[in-house]
Amino acid sequence: MKAFLILEDGTVFEGTSIGSKREMISEIVFNTSMTGYLEVLTDPSYAGQAVVMTYPLIGNYGITPDMESKKAWPDGYIVRELSRMPSNFRCEGTIQDFLEKQDIPGIAGVDTRALTKILREKGTMNGMITTNEAFDLEEILPKLKAYEVGDVVSKVTCSEKYVLPGKGYKVALMDYGAKNNIAKSLNQRGCEVTVYPAHTKASEILASNPDGIMLSNGPGDPKTCEDIIAEVKKLYESDVPIFAICLGHQLMALANGGETHKLKYGHRGGNHPVKDLRTNRVYISSQNHGYVVDDQTLDKSVAVPAFVNVNDGTNEGLQYTGKNIFTVQFHPEACPGPQDSGYLFDRFIEMMGGAK
Amino acid sequence: MPRNQDIKKVLVIGSGPIIIGQAAEFDYAGTQACRSLKEEGIEVVLLNSNPATIMTDKDIADRVYIEPLTVEVVEELIKKEQPDSVLPTLGGQAGLNLAMELEEAGFLKEHNVRLIGTTAETIKKAEDRLEFKATMEKIGEPVAASLVVENVPDGVAFAEKIGYPVVLRPAYTLGGSGGGIADNREELVEILENGLRLSRVGQVLVERCISGWKEIEYEVMRDGNGNCITVCNMENIDPVGVHTGDSIVVAPSQTLGDKEYQMLRTSALNIISELNITGGCNVQYALHPDTFEYCVIEVNPRVSRSSALASKATGYPIAKVAAKIALGYTLDEIKNAITGKTYASFEPMLDYCVVKIPRLPFDKFISAKRTLTTQMKATGEVMSICNNFEGALMKAIRSLEQHVDSLMSYDFSDLSDEELLERLHEMDDRRIWMIAEALRRGVSYDVLYSITKIDRWFIDKLAILVEMEKALKEGPLTTELLKEAKRIEFPDNVIAALTGKTETEIHDMRKENGIVAAYKMVDTCAAEFAASTPYYYSVFGSENEVEETRDRKKVLVLGSGPIRIGQGIEFDFCSVHCTWAFEKEGYETIIINNNPETVSTDFDIADKLYFEPLTPEDVESIVDIEKPDGAVVQFGGQTAIKLTEALMKMGVPILGTSAENVDAAEDRELFDEILSKCRIPRPSGGTVFTAEEAKKVAAELGYPVLVRPSYVLGGQGMQIAINDHDIDEFIGIINRITQEHPILVDKYLVGKEIEVDAVCDGEDILIPGIMEHIERAGIHSGDSISVYPAQSISAVTKRKIEEYTKRLAKALHVIGMINIQFIVCGEDVYVIEVNPRSSRTVPYISKVTGIPIVPLAAKVIIGHKIRELGYTPGLQKEADYIAIKMPVFSFEKIRDADISLGPEMKSTGECLGIAKTFNEALYKAFLGAGIRLPKYKNMIMTVRDADKEEAVEIGRRFEALGYRIFATEGTAAALKENGVKAIAVNKIEQESPNLMDLILGHEIDLVIDTPPQGADHAKDGFLIRRSAIETGVNVLTAMDTARALVTSLENTDIKELTLIDIAKVE
Repeated sequence: MKAFLILEDGTVFEGTSIGSKREMISEIVFNTSMTGYLEVLTDPSYAGQAVVMTYPLIGNYGITPDMESKKAWPDGYIVRELSRMPSNFRCEGTIQDFLEKQDIPGIAGVDTRALTKILREKGTMNGMITTNEAFDLEEILPKLKAYEVGDVVSKVTCSEKYVLPGKGYKVALMDYGAKNNIAKSLNQRGCEVTVYPAHTKASEILASNPDGIMLSNGPGDPKTCEDIIAEVKKLYESDVPIFAICLGHQLMALANGGETHKLKYGHRGGNHPVKDLRTNRVYISSQNHGYVVDDQTLDKSVAVPAFVNVNDGTNEGLQYTGKNIFTVQFHPEACPGPQDSGYLFDRFIEMMGGAK
Repeated sequence: MPRNQDIKKVLVIGSGPIIIGQAAEFDYAGTQACRSLKEEGIEVVLLNSNPATIMTDKDIADRVYIEPLTVEVVEELIKKEQPDSVLPTLGGQAGLNLAMELEEAGFLKEHNVRLIGTTAETIKKAEDRLEFKATMEKIGEPVAASLVVENVPDGVAFAEKIGYPVVLRPAYTLGGSGGGIADNREELVEILENGLRLSRVGQVLVERCISGWKEIEYEVMRDGNGNCITVCNMENIDPVGVHTGDSIVVAPSQTLGDKEYQMLRTSALNIISELNITGGCNVQYALHPDTFEYCVIEVNPRVSRSSALASKATGYPIAKVAAKIALGYTLDEIKNAITGKTYASFEPMLDYCVVKIPRLPFDKFISAKRTLTTQMKATGEVMSICNNFEGALMKAIRSLEQHVDSLMSYDFSDLSDEELLERLHEMDDRRIWMIAEALRRGVSYDVLYSITKIDRWFIDKLAILVEMEKALKEGPLTTELLKEAKRIEFPDNVIAALTGKTETEIHDMRKENGIVAAYKMVDTCAAEFAASTPYYYSVFGSENEVEETRDRKKVLVLGSGPIRIGQGIEFDFCSVHCTWAFEKEGYETIIINNNPETVSTDFDIADKLYFEPLTPEDVESIVDIEKPDGAVVQFGGQTAIKLTEALMKMGVPILGTSAENVDAAEDRELFDEILSKCRIPRPSGGTVFTAEEAKKVAAELGYPVLVRPSYVLGGQGMQIAINDHDIDEFIGIINRITQEHPILVDKYLVGKEIEVDAVCDGEDILIPGIMEHIERAGIHSGDSISVYPAQSISAVTKRKIEEYTKRLAKALHVIGMINIQFIVCGEDVYVIEVNPRSSRTVPYISKVTGIPIVPLAAKVIIGHKIRELGYTPGLQKEADYIAIKMPVFSFEKIRDADISLGPEMKSTGECLGIAKTFNEALYKAFLGAGIRLPKYKNMIMTVRDADKEEAVEIGRRFEALGYRIFATEGTAAALKENGVKAIAVNKIEQESPNLMDLILGHEIDLVIDTPPQGADHAKDGFLIRRSAIETGVNVLTAMDTARALVTSLENTDIKELTLIDIAKVE
């Protein structure tokens, strides 16, 4: 069946429908990872967005047990080609079936490189995937312009707290849309991880006397999370060591008077170089963010840059002055992507008092 | 870290002659590194014995030494040039080994020279088997467990510890005989007992069997600050067991999930960090297909063939960055030359798929076994890029220039199902065609996987291609079907054949429906950043990205495709210099080529690079978009010449010699006419299509005669026939491939073979020099030792050669390059071959005469005259040097290949000996080719009757040098009769002790074996020659070569070699 991808600027790509046949409107973003399509699909940070994979051959190894959350989150999925026959010893099914079961509308056969170039030049924009061949651009375009990602954190966070038992430090993990491997990375280091819904009050977290608090990644514009920011501020004021990733990093900056802004087309992929300003070492990181912290807006007495993106010089991490708080924009939990910055979880363990 | 300012003068060591396993990729890496160093103001001293390389050009390095790659030479060179540093990691294993020897001997330290790039300690850790194993164990990286055992119980105990299956490799047996794979105890005992008996030292290596696992490679970079990145990973379609150089390789990996991908990536970074490598490194893995288990197979602490491939596949210039790292820069200080904005400290992301297919030499070595093993056999490779795997594979197939353009190109339809599957068990170069045939017959993926261990994902892709064949055959050819066929890169001619239409019809149907190739850019970053580097590949059904350029005149330079015997790196030298020359003249330059090992496919050589097959259709698609003002075909070897007619049809003017004149040189009748008009004699002959016609011509001429197809390369299929029976056999071989052009039968003349390259501007010619072959006519010019200036011909003959060259060049209206081969008998000069194009000898003669022939020819092509370019026409004054080009062979790599020399070319590379005297030049040339005598002062002679007289002379001279001569009965008798001491030994088929025992006894330096002429006897002595080659004994099959060698040995008192800076030769 034919499908169409219609962009806010009026560009139309024709392709073949994959997954769900329903129509969807979303923000269109691209990801440059060559492997890890399943991790991308199940990363809650993609809630409210439709993802374009720049790598043209998707689904080669099928669906494996590597989901980063319980379900797929993107509103839509845009690819060049889906493999008709996956092959891998852990393969449990095809991506075609997965998209259908997960009710994700998608389109294949798109010149994803041409599409990526448009998004790169004009910036991230909204779009629609439809199977309606008789679509009316004039009617659709205003709808596309009107789309807003909105409050997606509430959509993706867990409904109730749960515990991953461990014998080491007690870590409270704020689930703003956490990827599984964050909890796993801590758990593997012995931590007992309690995962809290995003809107849990700081008082409840602090009352549980955690050794450390982990603020997770998550979707959407950080500035829309006003209630959460207020709670993060309270966490900041406690003396509990805090480590934050991605959205968590942005929320901590906003809680302390910093500013965030939207990047033209974001960083999404597994090849972004970040420099650890303490050591001048460069690490290749996994990234997925559309917003970034303006580190200039934070006074040195509050926080100083700890990591910087080698490509565009944007902030990739902050060390909070006089605090046991450390936050990064990229994803040390990887999945998908390079595991180079996994050492940051060890640093967090150190922040809580070292090996236990 | 900014660059280390103490580094001012660097010695770069190249990799020497092209041999199988060490090819053009090191010229690419070395050239890139030298340019990168010069960019930093470093004075570069270059050493490489290979004159055909671009790196040995004075444009690339400041001081250039084309000298043998021996410890003595490097020592002398260091004393003479006093560099402060040596960069050893860019010249392959040869360069690395030399540097290590000097380091270990303390020579470098003594002369205050440091190794830059990777340290000696690191190299040792990576290269030494035991140290490597210990290092890997230390960081918990698995290697395949192995143990050397001397008895069966130890072997059984070890095998049971590591688990079956195990591989058994007896030490010191011929070609690994006596080894095998044991699946259980019973098999182990049987093979092990046999292996222990066969091994001369009674040792067998028992190793965990990892054949059949996936073979995955990572290219990794690390700087002095410890920053590491992976440039690319690659998946071999063929499982472990086939050398990666012989495997079809895809980048990035296709069947690995993120978990496997990152697991191996992390492992590779751990390894490069532990080894403390600064620069580039290649790590090879075996990955179990059904678990996460893996083994590290090998680490190369240097740039390699794979790194050249990775550079071209991603656009990330590994060698250039490695050179900068060697100077002290860190990755985040080095700009990404492709984007111009980002830095080298990132990982390339591909938004396309790359396929590499090796170019195997079985068309040259008909008798050789085609089976692919852990011993590499490929001479070169092709790469292609597409946004789907099927398309990339199809493009790579037709880039091979081996008469293949689809999965139907080898016909296995006459095999029964059983036979077909049986053949699949033996992996050979036609495996994907066999799998395709099996798929056509409905064999299941599981069966094919269980036999070949080629992942089902790849098998499915082959099935998609087979399904398309069927769909096209069954028809009807709708626009949609045509679109899909083009998306997966079915060429028009294949679609035409399948649909019963003509190629023109398909072409027109495409054009009418807008089904045309579009070009996408290789930009290292999957379009995330704007890139300014015009490096393109084609796809169908996409938007075109090529920016139109119209500001300057535009020239299309056609490359020479994969490196093969007969068409090697020298044509890349010519293509690159041609491109540079046109650029200097203000042209916009466009290169089309498909060889990832070469300099010409580096993204900053031409203004635009199209990484595409060199077929008329692929070229036309580019022409449609670029609309060049002209094309140059004279520099890309036969590959480019073959496209002349097609280019004319596209309306692209051929710059330089016109197409009709190119044709006149190849068309026998036209050519004969021209020769007689010019009053130039040639050996008499005729053109035929069948054996009967050939026999008639031969009878008129009298045997021996030379038989060959027209329009061929490197004398392919050329043979000397001495009787009718030979004719039947040779014509049969030639006609295995349908001949579009007649077969030539010529009188075979015995005489001196002379070669010239010349530039002609339409009025005047310029001959840089006359080259003389040491071997008499009958041995292919590419396999002959070539001497400049010619030593044994008279001034009168030289004038005649100059005159004939001039007449011919003018008669053929040559504008640009011409190459002519002559035979000189007494004072008579005959023309035997004319090539209206650049030749194999052009880089060599340019370097030794100091005349930049290619740029000169390019300028002439543009319209300049030789006189206005500052040259006096005619034969140039002879240089003060003698320069000898020595062929180098890779026979030990190709099992069952006959090594005897003849009209068909067999050498893979060449080296140079240059000196003030003939003897020193000859000595250097042999030294450069790796012939280092004496060790034992024992030799074997077995010559045909016609050579017995010369054998006596040569034998006497070897005897005088103290050699003990073993000879077969007849040869021994001839020697003895003439007072040369000889020990008669039994022939190989006679009882022991015989020749074979002598050879396997490892005490022989040299075998001189001249096989009788003609098809019947040419195979005599085959086993001797093979055995000698496989045990590392030098074998000569021509008396002239033997005489040259003894001359060189007689002069080994040349203790102090004089080193000559080629950059100063004028």
